[in-house]
Amino acid sequence: MTVIPPYYGLILSGLLFVVGLLGLLIRRNIMFMLISVEVMLNASGLAFIAGGALWGSADGQSMFLFILALAATEVAIGLALILRLHKHRETLDSDRASELRG
Amino acid sequence: MQTLLWIYTLLPLAGFLVLVLVGKRFPRGLAGFIGAGSVGASFLLALITGIWFVSAGAPEAGYTATLGQWVTAGALSVDFSLHLDALSVVMVTIITFVGFLIHYYSVDFMKGKGDYHLFFAYMNLFVFAMLTLVLADNFLLLFLGWEGVGLCSYLLIGFWYQEPANDTAARKAFIVTRIGDVSLLVGIFLLFVSTGTLNLAGISQGAATAWTPGGGLATAAALLILGGAVGKSAQLPLQVWLPDAMAGPTPVSALIHAATMVTAGVYLIARTHVIFALAPVAQLIVAIIGAATLLYGGLNALTQVDIKRVLAYSTISQIGYMFLGLGVGAWTGAMFHFATHAFFKALLFLGAGVLIHVLHEEHNIYRMGGMRKAQPLTFWTFVIGVSSLSGVPLVTSGFYSKEAILSGAWTFGQAGTLFWLAGAAGVLLTAMYSFRILFFAFTGDPAPGSAAEKQAKGSTGGATLRMQLPLAVLATFAVILGFLFMPGDLGGFRPFAHFLEPLFASVRNAPEPAAGTSFVLQLAVTAMVALGILFSYFWYRKERGKRKQHEDAQSYRGIRRFLLSGMGFDVLYRVLFTGSFNGVATLLQRDWISAFFDGVAWVNRFAYRVMTFFQTGLIRWYLMGIGVGIVVLFALVVFV
Repeated sequence: MTVIPPYYGLILSGLLFVVGLLGLLIRRNIMFMLISVEVMLNASGLAFIAGGALWGSADGQSMFLFILALAATEVAIGLALILRLHKHRETLDSDRASELRG
Repeated sequence: MQTLLWIYTLLPLAGFLVLVLVGKRFPRGLAGFIGAGSVGASFLLALITGIWFVSAGAPEAGYTATLGQWVTAGALSVDFSLHLDALSVVMVTIITFVGFLIHYYSVDFMKGKGDYHLFFAYMNLFVFAMLTLVLADNFLLLFLGWEGVGLCSYLLIGFWYQEPANDTAARKAFIVTRIGDVSLLVGIFLLFVSTGTLNLAGISQGAATAWTPGGGLATAAALLILGGAVGKSAQLPLQVWLPDAMAGPTPVSALIHAATMVTAGVYLIARTHVIFALAPVAQLIVAIIGAATLLYGGLNALTQVDIKRVLAYSTISQIGYMFLGLGVGAWTGAMFHFATHAFFKALLFLGAGVLIHVLHEEHNIYRMGGMRKAQPLTFWTFVIGVSSLSGVPLVTSGFYSKEAILSGAWTFGQAGTLFWLAGAAGVLLTAMYSFRILFFAFTGDPAPGSAAEKQAKGSTGGATLRMQLPLAVLATFAVILGFLFMPGDLGGFRPFAHFLEPLFASVRNAPEPAAGTSFVLQLAVTAMVALGILFSYFWYRKERGKRKQHEDAQSYRGIRRFLLSGMGFDVLYRVLFTGSFNGVATLLQRDWISAFFDGVAWVNRFAYRVMTFFQTGLIRWYLMGIGVGIVVLFALVVFV
């Protein structure tokens, strides 16, 4: 059985993070932005797992559980906000919600 | 008695409070009743007090009624305290009596002219302030009343505030009189520093011991007080506000700008006569100002086309007579002229008000005419008014009051003849301008196509009984009041003078000329009156066919224009004060101090622009910012 070197996991996590960040910056649809945030969260979760495997510690995995719970609540709140936004302005374009411009 | 003093002073204040707080919901009748009633009740109580005072033998010390303490600070102690003596009895009686008649007249006059309750509220407040002014026992309370009447004058000149010109006139009156008030205030400070008290009687006593006659401090104090009096009484050189003050409703002009408030300066000088006696130079200046002003007002009244402006310049001129009287030591004569003037000038203003009312706001005498038949009672009372104003001999009060001043001027040493000549010339001018308005407004045919023509045909409304009754009462007093002050050669019956004389016993009083001289002087004055009337009649004959040509005052040229504009004082002051102030202000707009503050503003504005550039409201830009920031931070940590 070949052991996957831990840094492979870190590289994958970095790639996922970048994909999420690019999605967040490029997509204007707020729904996809939320999904991108999920991708980024999972990327950081993967980094914790990989780190835990590297040092042989369970801390990484327990931290992942925290991130999972956090992601769940974040999605709940995020979806609620998106619903309000849609109801309020009939659009999911995040650039259209720019009242706070100075 | 002492309580009564406070009751009748505070009654108009109560009327003001009721009207201003809840008056808006009152029906018009009730508002008018409260407004006129409070002053009427005040008059009745003042009359009772006056009769009581006279029957008590008019004690020279007077009566003081203290309500409570106002201010105490170190040596300074000021009470809410009223003082009744012969001078204030005269003032109070006339203020409340004429005030009541004018309030009563206004009940109908102000109908349908808007803000009915507010008009009576302000008028009541004015009467309260005026009573405070003349009854005050100390200078601080006097100053409170002084400023109070100034405030009410401002409010009532600008009563129809929707018209910008009225606002301007109100502000002008307020600011110009404020110049005098500052002078008065400094004078009060000086008196307090020198005598250690603000009490009027105390100051009179203290000044006599603290100052030597003719000394610098006495002269300074007298001149500062004179400054206040000049502002309030519209004398040269602060007279410019009064003609413009005619922008207010006519009853206001009658009460405030003819009968009472503008004579406050006369009252003030009479009240502080001890100080003026200590400063002969200042007293001479009072006489000079009076003589100059009476000529100034008389000349300017000649070419005015607005009936109220004629009367305004006439008021300036008549108060000039009072100042002349005060200046030459004819104290009782000056106060008597105040009394008679209050009646006949209020009468003339109310008569003019009737014309303006029935002719729908027509002020121009060239567009009137023929009102004798349309308004007979107004005409006859107006005849009495102008006769009294001109001083038609024997039968009018104006003759006796002017006679008292002029005979005092004659006996005033070397300059006396000059003062008398100025006064006599003023009599000529007075007869000229006053009969001019009588002829143009009342006699002949109405101006073609004017409201006066419709009125002559009886097609527009007339004056109500409530507007005519005060005219009749005022006209009666404009005649009979004169018999209270007869010169020596005409019987010498003068209870008015005897009533006031004890107050002025400590200072020089102008003696009467010898009986023969006196008679000649009276004949000369009579000739002046006759000449003036004749002159204005021929003037009227010459111009009555050219009403159209003269009604437009803007077309006047030369001397007519010069007099119409009040001898260019407005232009002069605009250039001298407003213009120079604006010039300095424009210069200072660009100095380094304002450059510094402009710089502060610029830096702030620039910083604001920079900040708002980044605050786009676009969430993805913020995320980009965060992302770039993190990368930069990592780069710093890793590579540096």
